[in-house]
Amino acid sequence: MTATEERPDTSTPERPPRSVPQPHFTDAEAGAKDFPDSGASARRFNYYDPAKRKQTHYEDVTVEVQPDPRHYLSQGWIYGFADGQTGYPLTWTKLKAWGVDDPEPVRGVGTGGGGRGLNWPAHGWHEFRDPNEEWEQTIYRNNANVVRQLNQNIENARNAKSFEQWTRNWIRFVERSVGAWMHVEHILGLYVFAANERSCPTNMHNTVLAVNSAHKIRFAQDLALYNLTLSEEIEDFDGSAHVDAWNNDTEWQGVREITEALTAVQDDWGEAMFVTNVIFEPLIGELFRSGLVMHAAPGNGDFVTPTVMGAGEHDYAQRDLRWTKACFGPLVHDREFADHNRQLMDGWLSAWVPRVLTAARTMQPLWSQPDHRPPRFEDSLDHAKNRFAGILDDLGLETPKELAQ
Amino acid sequence: MSRQSLAKAHQKIQELAWEPQYHEPYMKYGTDYTFRKAQKKDPLKQILRSYFPMEEEKDNRVYGAEDGAIRGNMFRQVQERWLEWQKLFLSIIPLPEISAARSMPMLFHAVPNPELHNGQAIQMIDEVRHSTIQQNLKRLYMQNYIDPAGFNNSLRNFHNDYAGTIGRQFAEGFITGDAITAASIYLTIVAETAFTNTLFVAMPAEAAANGDYLLPTVFHSVQSDESRHISNGYATLLMALSDEGNRQLLERDLRYAWWNNHAVVDAAIGVFIEYGTKDRRKDRESYAEMWRRWIYDDYYRSYLVPLEKYGLTVPHDLIEEAWNRIWNKGYVHEVAQFFATGWLANYWRIDGMTDEDFEWFEYKYPGWYDKYGKWWENYSRLATPNGHKPIVGEDVDYVYPQRCWTCMVPCLIREDIVTAEVDGHHRTYCSETCRWTDVEAFRPVYQGRETPNMGRLVGHREWETLYHGWTWDEVVSDMGYVRDDGKTMTAQPHLNLDPSKMWTLDHLKRLPPLQSPNVLFNEMTDEQRAAYIADYRRQGPAGRPAPASA
Ligand SMILES: [Fe+2]
Ligand SMILES: [Fe+2]
Repeated sequence: MTATEERPDTSTPERPPRSVPQPHFTDAEAGAKDFPDSGASARRFNYYDPAKRKQTHYEDVTVEVQPDPRHYLSQGWIYGFADGQTGYPLTWTKLKAWGVDDPEPVRGVGTGGGGRGLNWPAHGWHEFRDPNEEWEQTIYRNNANVVRQLNQNIENARNAKSFEQWTRNWIRFVERSVGAWMHVEHILGLYVFAANERSCPTNMHNTVLAVNSAHKIRFAQDLALYNLTLSEEIEDFDGSAHVDAWNNDTEWQGVREITEALTAVQDDWGEAMFVTNVIFEPLIGELFRSGLVMHAAPGNGDFVTPTVMGAGEHDYAQRDLRWTKACFGPLVHDREFADHNRQLMDGWLSAWVPRVLTAARTMQPLWSQPDHRPPRFEDSLDHAKNRFAGILDDLGLETPKELAQ
Repeated sequence: MSRQSLAKAHQKIQELAWEPQYHEPYMKYGTDYTFRKAQKKDPLKQILRSYFPMEEEKDNRVYGAEDGAIRGNMFRQVQERWLEWQKLFLSIIPLPEISAARSMPMLFHAVPNPELHNGQAIQMIDEVRHSTIQQNLKRLYMQNYIDPAGFNNSLRNFHNDYAGTIGRQFAEGFITGDAITAASIYLTIVAETAFTNTLFVAMPAEAAANGDYLLPTVFHSVQSDESRHISNGYATLLMALSDEGNRQLLERDLRYAWWNNHAVVDAAIGVFIEYGTKDRRKDRESYAEMWRRWIYDDYYRSYLVPLEKYGLTVPHDLIEEAWNRIWNKGYVHEVAQFFATGWLANYWRIDGMTDEDFEWFEYKYPGWYDKYGKWWENYSRLATPNGHKPIVGEDVDYVYPQRCWTCMVPCLIREDIVTAEVDGHHRTYCSETCRWTDVEAFRPVYQGRETPNMGRLVGHREWETLYHGWTWDEVVSDMGYVRDDGKTMTAQPHLNLDPSKMWTLDHLKRLPPLQSPNVLFNEMTDEQRAAYIADYRRQGPAGRPAPASA
């Protein structure tokens, strides 16, 4: 019921005097008087400590928005699930951050608020900050810039008739396989990132998941709408071929199986995020987007597709991977649960790396479809494996033996 | 984008629809609703190519206005009476917003309609926008308004004060319990569709009348996202209605959600608009008038009633009773009086009412002065520390109330109080519907039907319990509502910032220790309890003790 519109004007020709509130001089601006808390030092949020020396704008708009009974939440959670769970349970991943097994403060008759003498942060999850410092201004600024840039690139290419240079084989490749990739991004955006956003512990976590989700959904649509433009610009471009490729091409069934498997991770948001951004993205996402499409396109006369793919690639490499490292890296070195987390992540690596590699290999025939060939599949895969090993190294994890397959 | 290309774009992104072929997504959140017969609806999918630049443009307007307000010295014209209440409102509202984001995945899991999920995912990012844009506005107030106390400790206050806890229902209620009850009925169908109008349209209009045009700038920008959210909710509701087995649950949830939203939102926003304003033009709408327009006509008559033909049981009785509480039972006035009685437990300053205010109230709510006038005169008399106690410790014909276990607003309409014994604990409720919510609705069986996914009402729901037996100076310093000299209180029952007129922790030592009404109630014998309740029902209005003769 948005009813912000004006009511119809029912005034008669002789309008009565308008009734409007009168401005008053109140002098209610900072510094107008001296009294306790009137100084500059009182003009900062005093309920949280910044991660670095200074409180950042990002922290000001995100930290402590969600309460915690281990901190100031004196009356506790007021709604529970049927099974008694409340708030943002820390057990919705098997990962552990220091402090999570310590008991919550007990409150009751005459205990007071319980905020005095509590250690804060009460556990390691609260130490996470998004290195991208995303909040509403950055989200819209960044994504609006991406879509503006893409629209411009595609528009320029249209005006320059550059699609006319595409070879028949390249057209087939873009309509089927570049098209098929939109489904991967769409499923990850909705059913991995958005779907896990309720389950993670702090406001910092849910914000990065929401932002990562928005990147993916936008990228899926970027690809779909690019596909639409191509079907308008290129005479025999089949705009529905991507659906057929996604449903039927054997080259795509491995990727589809693993993508769907990521949505089916059982009750562990941490595993879903780790497997998607640490394993799947370098070994399949970047392998396809950079290792194949962006490398093959220029040789086939296509300078536009790489900019569309590149936007998604940039989101992952420059933003989504950054928060992922900042989230999972500290858990590997956690002061209380490093061994537990390392074992868990090693287990995820052993379980998922072979599956992901198998799926990657099912894509291999795609490498020989364009007339002007990209680097050999094995070289692209090696490159992806090196990249993956580098990410693991940054996280402080060992490369699993399964990678050698 | 042109209209034609937009239509084509909508058509095109339908091709993203996903039918799982190898693995079904994991479903974490349960509901007792079913969606077996539901027609797949195809609501508007948001095209992000136009969404992101559109929202960025809206942002630019908001941030441009914020810069302009500071350059133009807006705070020289802002009414402190008004902005003080924003310390409460803006401490609460960022959590409901981010909780709305958090609730969207619950709908993914509960509503098997991929056509809806796109809109829900975009709503998620909208809600991140709303939460942080509001938190940012509060930061701006803290930096530029004369008195930053209460803004600067905002989120600690919200988490440990009773008023924050009342507001927190409007957040936890979205994300906990049965996924449809929480994320669809409570959040979308009632909170967003009915009550965002009073929150984000009526209240900002009042802000403008008090010299603050930033609140309207920010909240109108927020509200402009709301129509999409309302469409998401409407589509889900229609789907739910097509399974007849859901109708009993829908009736239950609409009764709960309506009543809880009324109890919480009308208490807060009603007070901000009626007691936080300096605009006493007789032709400005009262909260009751706004409510009649926005809630009764636009929501109830135009939105809910037409759904009856699809099988929705509309809680006509509760809508009329909410109006009855606002119009005849003085709900908003009673709440304002309670806030002011307990000013010392808050984190904002509450201005007294003047003759001009009295005149306006009497004009808008005939009979107001006879009920509340004397008490507000006492409030002003006791406003600055002068050898007396804060008003809660003085004899001003006011009986400190019990709290409602469900909505946590005190039982202010004294004749309506009801009680129940639950698990050996005696609870009080502001109304029969709040008793029903706790004792019957939030249970694993409802009217003989298994409801294994229904949530629970938990927590230390009476704030006073925690401080039973504490002296007030200890209470206030434990909560942290103290200014940077270590003794002057954040809250004050007046707007005078002359330090010699401000209350300090020392002044609170004059008060006897805090006693929890609920703890005392549980210490009574059954006979004492019965007599207590009989007396309570004869109290009021305006919290007056029961007349001496029965
Ligand atoms: Fe919102
Ligand atoms: Fe209640």
